[in-house]
Formats: sequence, structure tokens, C-alpha cells
Amino acid sequence: MRTESSNTQYTMQEVMVAVAARQIRDGEMVFVGMRLPLLAFAVAKRMHAPRAVGLFECGLMRDEPAPELLYTMSDPPNIAGAIWSTRMINLMGMLQQRAVQLGMIGGAEVDGFGNVNTSYIGSRQRPTVKLPGSGGAADIASLAGRFLIIMQHERRRFKERVDYITSPGFGEGGDWRRRVGLPGGGPAAIITTLGTLSFDPETKEAILASHHPGVTPDEVCRQTGWPLRISPAVHETTPPTEEELAIIRHYDPKGFWTRP
Amino acid sequence: MMGKVMTMAQAIGRFVPDGCSVLMGAALESLIPFAAGHEIIRQRRRNLTLIGPISDILFDQLIGAGCASRVTAAWVGNVSAGLAHNYRRAAEANTPHRLDIEDHSNFTLSLALLAGGLGAPFIPTKTLLGTDLLPGSQSFQLSSEPDTGAPLVNVQAITPDVAILQVQRSDREGNAHCWGNLGVSEEGGLASRGVIIVAEEVVSREMILSDPNRVLLPSAKVVAVVHEPWGAHPSPVQGFYGRDHGFYEQYHLASRTSEGFEQWLKGWILDIEDRTGYLARLPKDRLNQLKPSQRRLAAPVDYGY
Repeated sequence: MRTESSNTQYTMQEVMVAVAARQIRDGEMVFVGMRLPLLAFAVAKRMHAPRAVGLFECGLMRDEPAPELLYTMSDPPNIAGAIWSTRMINLMGMLQQRAVQLGMIGGAEVDGFGNVNTSYIGSRQRPTVKLPGSGGAADIASLAGRFLIIMQHERRRFKERVDYITSPGFGEGGDWRRRVGLPGGGPAAIITTLGTLSFDPETKEAILASHHPGVTPDEVCRQTGWPLRISPAVHETTPPTEEELAIIRHYDPKGFWTRP
Repeated sequence: MMGKVMTMAQAIGRFVPDGCSVLMGAALESLIPFAAGHEIIRQRRRNLTLIGPISDILFDQLIGAGCASRVTAAWVGNVSAGLAHNYRRAAEANTPHRLDIEDHSNFTLSLALLAGGLGAPFIPTKTLLGTDLLPGSQSFQLSSEPDTGAPLVNVQAITPDVAILQVQRSDREGNAHCWGNLGVSEEGGLASRGVIIVAEEVVSREMILSDPNRVLLPSAKVVAVVHEPWGAHPSPVQGFYGRDHGFYEQYHLASRTSEGFEQWLKGWILDIEDRTGYLARLPKDRLNQLKPSQRRLAAPVDYGY
């Protein structure tokens, strides 16, 4: 899908990359995942967060985005020029030390408290779909200062309760994370193909904070499997700027990750 | 006496018996020992326990070929293309047969291997609290901090029978240099009872000893050294070749159905005698395209005294 807006065309994936990039603050340690987060890190570095540092769980740390498009985090361009090439456990240890402020994960299913399922759809014994599993996502969700969930927004994926909690959000809401003993701060936002959801500071319910250009709040609610609360301050997502788009397309010229 | 240097067929024949637990894909998306996995399939191993953080498509191939009865992993899929079709068929429909899945996260799998290498029964962590990976799992026990009573997860040690580690270069004893992201290669090798080193190059002992900090693990752990150039294809080996992204995509399409996978398996593994045959089947020029376009040599270090 391409949307027309002030003479600039962009895809929803490009909107998601720009929104995610803006969540990265300068000087932060960021656990960068695969796909769109790779691009979000590059955009943030070039725009407003030149001192951000990227951690890749395969065992890499970079203070410059890789010079070319990555299909996986262990691709040779990500290793060359890294500021640290090491064991996975060293980076996971930094996460557990609370030295990592932000992480980004994807998901197949999410619920209204930001719990993510990437393991089993249906029952665990006889799943209707066996998904790949956690990878490092459950660790990021458990331990990072805060994290972003980046997902396709479809009613079947936005469920009242996920079938299985792979990566913990706010559990049952309220102070659940503290009660179960999770050190990380939990999800800061769900960035979707339709909008951005943030979380109520008290109840920890997901709330529609912004809808992407060309999408109405109603449409977002229709694609959400629970009665989604809408923030009184709900607004249209600021579309990617020319500059953000130029960076995204520099890194992903063929649109491998950003053109559906 | 037979030395450690042997062919892949000999190494798999001797050190990867039916029913054993085998760690592969320890570095994550790079240095995946595909040539070793393919030889395991050719030798029709059965009832293996596959251990690895992620394995990209290697575990999917072994599962589809019927070699595995158990997977202990954090993630099984196709990193650049999506879901793993054989893994799905096994978990959803017991095709080709039942598969037990022991779910980990990347952190807990590395802690389990670290514990194995340390000779510790378990290592506590705060990851995974509140998740559905914990209930009913044999890998984890809930406990608490002695002073505060705060919840902890004890991750049980894993000690694989054998680790298969792909490296850039090794001497004939298995003193091996490996560089790039290491994933769990080091703790995985140390946790295992034996290590099969698959090397792009077999070099002199002097060359390895010129840089002991780059040695992955003690050669006393190494039971076999296999010289297998391009042994990790389609995964990358820093300084030797890049990732063959198209190969993963083609596998993804081919393995969508059981029949498609059977055909793929026949063409790329079963009807081929060894790695040389596999490489010959790749499109002309593919290997050249994957070679680095430029060298990036590290500065030498001085061990003088």
C-alpha cells in the first residue's frame, strides 16, 4: 500500500520505521532486532540519535549502522566495523544488568496488555500454527528498560488474550510485572501497520495514541480484537519526512523490508 | 593411530550416533555447519536431540528428513524468509513424525550451555518470569533470591554429546581460529563432551599459535577436524564468503509442501555424495559472487616479550 501525502509517497512499513526511529533517544543502548528495527536504528543514528549504540544478540555492538542492507544480524557487513564482536551471553548480560534502555521485537499475536506470542497458536500440545519461538525477544521484553513491539495490525493478531505469552508485556495489567519479578520496564508502544498504541500508566492497557495517514481510528478499532480505548489526544501519525525516507531508501533501496 | 583430521562422512559416522544430542548453529546466522547437517541426513541418523539458539534452516532440514526426535532451541525458522515449514509440519501434524520441543530463549540457552561448561548444575536469571515458557518445562525451575525472596528462574545446565562448530581455520589438532560474532560457540563447545571442528582452511600449528587469543576453545575438546571449504554455505563465513540470501528464499518456497521438500532433499542432499557434489550443483558463478569484494585485514598484534 502506498499513501499520498504532501507529494510524498511512502509505504506503511516506512511509516513504522520512522515512528520506531523517533523512539530511540540519543546516547541510548538499543537492542536492535531484525527487519524494520535494523532500519529504524539507521534512521535514528542519522537523524537525532548520533550517539546511540546498537546491540545485536548474535554478539555484535555497533556505533555506526552497517554500510549496506542486512538480511540477518550476522551478515558480514554487520561484523566488519563493529565496535565489539563477542559472545551472545555478554550482550544478554548487559540487558540483565539494566544497561540497555530500549529493545525492539516483532510478534505474531499481541494482546491489550502488550503480551506477545511468537510460539504457539492454539494449544501447545497440538498447535494449529507452530511459530518459530522466542529467539531473543522474550529476553528483551523481560529485561530491557523499555521495548517496542512492531507488528502487522490485523484482528486475528490483536487478540483479547494471546494463546501463549512468549514475550511478557504487562501480563494482566497494573503492577503485574513487579509482582512476577520482571526487572525491565515493559512495552512502551505497539507500532503497527495502522497506528501506534501506547499504554495507560496505571492500568497498563493499550491505548490508541495515533493513527497513520489515511487510516481512521475506527478502522484501527475494527482491526483490534478487544474494545480498544482511544486516547483523548489521539492524532494522525506524523508521516516520514523526506529526510527519513531518504535514509530508509538508502539502506533498503529495493524495499526488501519496506515494500510489502 | 588415526589423527583427528578426517572426512565429514568419517566424523559424522564416528561421533554423531543415533540418539545423541548435537549442538549446531552456535554462532547464530553465520557459521552454520550445513555440510555436517547434510551428512547427518545422508547417513540417516535417527532420534537426535538438536540443540541450538536458532539454526536458520538447518534444523528444519534435519527435522524434515526425520533425523530429530527432540529440539532444544530458542527459535526455529527461516531468518530472512519466514516460518520453517518442516518444523511446523512436525509440531502441528507429527509429520514426518512426533517432535518434542524444549523451548528456550536465546539468553536461557546460552546460560544453560554456560552452566554446562562451568560444571554448574544451573544458573539463575530474571529473564522469562511470567512467561509461558516456564510452566511444565524441564529446563527451568522457579526459585527465589535468598535475601529478598525475589523470584528467579534457575536454568538447568545443558551438556550436549557433541558440538559441531564451523570455523575459519584450524590446525590438525583442532586448535581453531574463529572470528565474527560468536553467539554461543565458545560456551557450547565447552559444555559438550566432544567437538567436531569444520574448517574452511587447515593451517599450521605455528599460524594458530601466533594468535592464541583468537583460539575458540582447547583442542583437548576436539575429537575431529574436517577440512570442508564452503562448509557453511548458504550461511556466511567472515572473510571467506557472504550469505546466499536467494538460497534461503528458494528453500522456503520448495519446502512449502512435504513433496516439495522431499524433492529438494533428494536434489541437494540424498542424491549427492558429498560437499563437492553440492557445490557443483550451485549455479555457475554463485560461489564467485559470494566471495568478498575486498579484504579487510586486521592489524597484526605483537605477542613479543
